[in-house]
Amino acid sequence: MESRFRILFLALPIFVFGLSGCASTKSFFGWGDKSAPPPAEIDEQVIDPEVERREIKEPNIDVENFELGAFAGIMSIEDFGTDLVYGVRLAYHVTEGFFLEGTLGQSTAGLTSFEILGGGAPILSDPERDYTYYNLSVGYNILPGEAYIGEVRAYNAGLYVIGGLGSTRFAGDDRFTVNFGAGYRFIMTDSIALHLDFRDHLYDIDVLGEEKTAHNLEATVGLTIFF
Amino acid sequence: MSERNITTIHSTRRSIKYLLIAVVTFVTLITTAIPEIAQAAEEYRTVSVADPYLEMHTGPGRGYPKFYVVDRGENIDIIKRRTDWFLVRAANGKEGWVDRQQMERTLQAVGSNLSFAKATQEDFTNAKWEAGILAGDFGGANIVSLYGGYSINSNLSIEAWGSQILGNFSNGWMASVNVVHEMWPDWRLSPLFTLGTGVLRTSPKSTIVQGEDRTDQVAHVGLGLRAYVTRRFLLRAEFKSYVVFTSRDENEEVEEWKVGFAFFF
Repeated sequence: MESRFRILFLALPIFVFGLSGCASTKSFFGWGDKSAPPPAEIDEQVIDPEVERREIKEPNIDVENFELGAFAGIMSIEDFGTDLVYGVRLAYHVTEGFFLEGTLGQSTAGLTSFEILGGGAPILSDPERDYTYYNLSVGYNILPGEAYIGEVRAYNAGLYVIGGLGSTRFAGDDRFTVNFGAGYRFIMTDSIALHLDFRDHLYDIDVLGEEKTAHNLEATVGLTIFF
Repeated sequence: MSERNITTIHSTRRSIKYLLIAVVTFVTLITTAIPEIAQAAEEYRTVSVADPYLEMHTGPGRGYPKFYVVDRGENIDIIKRRTDWFLVRAANGKEGWVDRQQMERTLQAVGSNLSFAKATQEDFTNAKWEAGILAGDFGGANIVSLYGGYSINSNLSIEAWGSQILGNFSNGWMASVNVVHEMWPDWRLSPLFTLGTGVLRTSPKSTIVQGEDRTDQVAHVGLGLRAYVTRRFLLRAEFKSYVVFTSRDENEEVEEWKVGFAFFF
């Protein structure tokens, strides 16, 4: 019974193969002269050893050089008080040392002491108090190592120094902004990291009389994932 | 006074709303990413250690301590890669980071060495796509530019640029396209020549001049240098001379200097 089925199944591909020898393929492949496959072929296929080829399909290695995250903290906008700041950051790790980072952030400026004490007309309108910035920075990881929590838990961590440039929209204008600072990256798992980041954002501003370079200090806590 | 108080509360409330939106998006992102990580746990590339031993570090960097050694002949699964470091799992479940030099001396199932795609100077010459960030001086103002390029052949490529110009008296945006010709694309320091056109939108600063926003067409020629650094990275410096076709009687001429980095892929 079993062998009958086997012959049946073997006959099927031979039949199909034979058909393909007809018509156009015959002349196309130059097989026209050949007759139907000799019966000997059946024997050949019957004793064909059942060797399963080991199919090697190597899965690709997952490359995780990007780091995406959100952060929130406080930002001191020179002359305009300190307020909440929050934003997103995307980093690309070039080598184990260097990384490139793009940041988008948003804060809101408060009142200057002049406005509070003088009680006159506000210097800026409400939309002008919105402080938004973007930065493109280069960072370098320094002092990598393990940090211990208690006696048994060890986590990877490291400091980084970072600096770059970008633009800040504040008080009705876009301002060329240089930023520099340092941060602490605490790597909770191989994919998730906690950041403590301190930055100084510098731009020239002339809203309060003469033009000066303003330092806007920012301290944030952030969470990032590597992907 | 009272009016100001109201407005302050309003803006705080709005910023909290934005913060909430940001937090919600981030949480959604993470929750969607985590099942993906779990799913990826199914299939890994397996190699066997051919050197006397393989050193595992706790993190992807030279500074992280070595904590485990895998013996010759043992199999390891490669879970992921970050820069030149590989997170691998030994047969007994130990996971650690191994550098590329050591990974290249492991053997695949077919018996050959594992080799990793590494960009070379040849790719620097022949790569199809390039993107980068440059910053510099645009007629006395600061300029930050982002560009993407496509190579038609190793000598000729087309680029699209987007720039923000931040000056003392006016700010602006510029979008332009240009062709780039490289005379000796196979040199490590490859000089280039550019020719292009675009639009420049300028708006005077609110505090200094009361003027109108203008949008003008520009044309530019330039000379530059691409320098291959390492892997997929290059430094780029260029000088461009712009002609701004203003609606006034005279055209404006602006000189621009920029340096920055780019990568090819």
